[in-house]
Amino acid sequence: MRQTRNFSIVAHIDHGKSTLADRLIQKAGLISERDFHDQLLDDMDIERERGITIKSNTVTLPYRDEAGQDYDLNLIDTPGHVDFTYEVSRALAACEGVLLLIDATQGVEAQTLAHLYSALEHDLTIVPVINKIDLKAADVERVKEQIGSDLGLDPDEAVLISAKTGQGVEEILKAIVERIPAPAQRSAEPLACLVFDAYYDSFRGTVVSFRIVSGRLEPGDVIRFFSNGATHTVEEIGRFSLKHKPTRAMQAGDVGYLIAGIKTVSDVLIGDTFTHKHCPAEKPLPGFKEVKPVVFSSIYPISSDDYPALSDAMEKYKLNDAALTYQKDTSIALGQGFRCGFLGLLHLEVAQERLEREYGQSIIMTMPSVRYRFVLSNGQAVEVDNPAHFPDPVQVRVSEEPFILTSIMIPDRYMGAVMQLCLDCRGVNSSFSYPAPGRMEIHFDLPLAEVIFDFYDKLKSITQGYGSFDYELIGYRPSDLVKLDILVNSEPVDALATMIHRDRARTRALQICKRLKDEIPRQMFKIAIQGAIGSTIIARTNISAFRKDVTAKCYGGDVSRKRKLLEKQKRGKKRMKMVGQVQIPQSAFVSVLRTQKD
Amino acid sequence: MASRERPGLYIHVPFCERKCPYCDFYSVPLAGSRAGIGGYLESVACEWRQAASGWPAFDTLYIGGGTPSVLDPEQIASLLDTARASLAQPAEITVELNPADVRAALLAALRAAGVNRLSLGVQSFADDELAWLGRRHDSAAAVRAIALIREADFGSLGLDLIYALPGQDPSRWRRNLQRAVALAPEHLSCYALTVAPGTPLWRRAARGEIVTDEDASAALFLDGSRLLCDAGYEHYEVSNFARLAGDPGASLRSRHNQKYWSRTPTLGLGPAAHSFDGERRWWNARDLDGYAAALAERGDARAGEERIDAAMARLEAIALGVRTADGVALAVVGDEQRCNVDRICDAGWATRREGALCPTREGLLRADGIARLLGSDPDT
Repeated sequence: MRQTRNFSIVAHIDHGKSTLADRLIQKAGLISERDFHDQLLDDMDIERERGITIKSNTVTLPYRDEAGQDYDLNLIDTPGHVDFTYEVSRALAACEGVLLLIDATQGVEAQTLAHLYSALEHDLTIVPVINKIDLKAADVERVKEQIGSDLGLDPDEAVLISAKTGQGVEEILKAIVERIPAPAQRSAEPLACLVFDAYYDSFRGTVVSFRIVSGRLEPGDVIRFFSNGATHTVEEIGRFSLKHKPTRAMQAGDVGYLIAGIKTVSDVLIGDTFTHKHCPAEKPLPGFKEVKPVVFSSIYPISSDDYPALSDAMEKYKLNDAALTYQKDTSIALGQGFRCGFLGLLHLEVAQERLEREYGQSIIMTMPSVRYRFVLSNGQAVEVDNPAHFPDPVQVRVSEEPFILTSIMIPDRYMGAVMQLCLDCRGVNSSFSYPAPGRMEIHFDLPLAEVIFDFYDKLKSITQGYGSFDYELIGYRPSDLVKLDILVNSEPVDALATMIHRDRARTRALQICKRLKDEIPRQMFKIAIQGAIGSTIIARTNISAFRKDVTAKCYGGDVSRKRKLLEKQKRGKKRMKMVGQVQIPQSAFVSVLRTQKD
Repeated sequence: MASRERPGLYIHVPFCERKCPYCDFYSVPLAGSRAGIGGYLESVACEWRQAASGWPAFDTLYIGGGTPSVLDPEQIASLLDTARASLAQPAEITVELNPADVRAALLAALRAAGVNRLSLGVQSFADDELAWLGRRHDSAAAVRAIALIREADFGSLGLDLIYALPGQDPSRWRRNLQRAVALAPEHLSCYALTVAPGTPLWRRAARGEIVTDEDASAALFLDGSRLLCDAGYEHYEVSNFARLAGDPGASLRSRHNQKYWSRTPTLGLGPAAHSFDGERRWWNARDLDGYAAALAERGDARAGEERIDAAMARLEAIALGVRTADGVALAVVGDEQRCNVDRICDAGWATRREGALCPTREGLLRADGIARLLGSDPDT
């Protein structure tokens, strides 16, 4: 009789999670040395480049212990970024234990603690693992001390490994089967399965990753999702080898995939529970919530001719990204596009990169915005995430913006700089604590809008990479919001409008005016670029006109050349955006919209 | 041929004593190719026999280059003789000369051959500028050449000058123009130095050794135009000035070059020459060997040809018209461009005059931009 263990690896970024996963896969003999490529589980280009996991992957590792007992060890991979904390919590809910990985040279970091807390929330068994012990800078004793003092775990239980060299990996496998409890035997109860991931396969449709908490499941069963009541007939279930391996039946404690003719990933909600249609569980498993987008931006094709292709790409991309929301949007300056909602800025960047890389789209995204709330003079409350829908200021009685509670972990020497950063970002209600000597945790209430710009980059830079942060939404608070318009020769460029706190407007306006000035080439006429709140100009700059625009000679052969130039620019103009009789090259939009980071 | 005006004939002489570092016209250094001149003359004669049929009599002939004056007087005369029978009377017959080549004997031979207009490549009256431009004459040679030309009693003399050399002081350009005006030429061509791709100058600019300044060039353009207009010249094309003649409204413009700007048919002979018959434009093989070989093989030197449709003709008419004081007919510009025409006039770049949009001095300085504006589809 095979036994099962369900576990996950959690770690601060760069502490070696992916390397350890690769090593375990290799050790389990799932893949030959020859086919091995690093970070097997992170199979998106972006994930490998940034060293983060965005989509989780699950793999079943076969293992036989010294007594000859066979095990299926289900390694449930978790995404590693604050945008995806909810997904992480659902993956952890499918486990009985975690390997808490700590870098022997870095010690306990902010995310180490955050992961510990979420594992504890799920009542998981925690196996501390100290990685990179082969490095010269490794300080195992200090890390052990931290495990005792900071984490409250038994330092002697820590497994010492080097994922790079493979040292200690066998001990990890032993620890998994010995320390992490087997799943509860609840196969006789009604079916309750936790959905912790879903992805789209162009041949099979949506593939759902799930954990059977109770009951049994077989192909042919009719299942029903609690959240939306949708029913499906199970076509195939199976385990995760590196490739999918169909099985006849699965039972409580098992982790596997399911194919049931589900058309899009959006039909499956992470954290949802499914059960048998005819003999259902009484209630869904706890912890489900619908994730809502918090960051919004419009996507336009660089060339408006490419709208149909973009539309097609969005549809395909959406199949694989349930968290993305989008609807049609139109800009006078940029043409037809889509207004999209994202879980956070990273999610936005990932979507942008995937659309460009995997779907070959050249796109422009407008400035990210959060969703603001307005109470109008007639008492009506409206939520606005698109500057185009900013209400008439005279009608606004109250304006509110979303706030988050941030938890920032830093070595205490950076306290001053981080406090200043948070205050600059309109942070309020600060508090701090010292979870360990030399380390501090700072809490601030911050407007979400401040964080979606460049907060994380700034934090990283002022703490030389040592700072990490996490946040949760804590609701809406009154705020003095305005719509900042950018005018070119007195005509507003709708794609550059933003909703912003009044105190921030002038700085932003100046920045955008400068960017446009740098990017819009001199033209025949002088160009005025202005930033305005309503009819009040708060920033302005000019682009002077050409003083000379003529070639010296024009004789026999020059006529054709001249005409061809005119024909060429006539074609090129179709790719230029005209605002206020000014040709604005796409590069100007790209410059203003793409890099908000300086 | 629809045009009422008689066509012009151009003969390209692709030889130079040596290549100037800024020049992007086709020419080969004379050293080592003097023997090729005979073959070239034969090729031109051959091309003429093939190409001339169907053309009415020409009332201008322009022998340009390269440097036509590196040919012997008899060789130039033979080029003239080639086409003499097809020249209307009176015809404007121009030959380009390098001041260094000007001798009394050459002038006499040209005069005898019927040449009535000379274009002299003076470029500058400052020796340091001439040296920088890689010219083989100095200012004294230019002054001597002009004196000889005046003695030989040519009806019309045009001088070519180049300005906007890197770092050129406005006062130096002014002095050049004053020297020129004092010599009372009938015609002046003033070219802003252009860094053309493929030239040694281009390579120096690419290396950052020389820096051009368009704003400074614009100032020199305006300054020069004012000076020449005050001195009794008409600024009738971006780079061309003609002395106003006695009769009101009459001036001594280059009739030949105006044919290019008014889209009057012109036949070009010789390597790299371009032709236009009112419907089609074509161009000859650019290098001497290719030109000769094409003629020998198929009796035709054309390397390419294009048919000009109505839209193309409109663009050409606009692009060329806005470079000339006579302007472009508003009918050609089109009524849907009224807004743009207003903007151009409001900016002081052109005026509406007798059904035409005529550029001002500031307008000539922006002729390419104006053409882009008027040539584009109207804004929606």
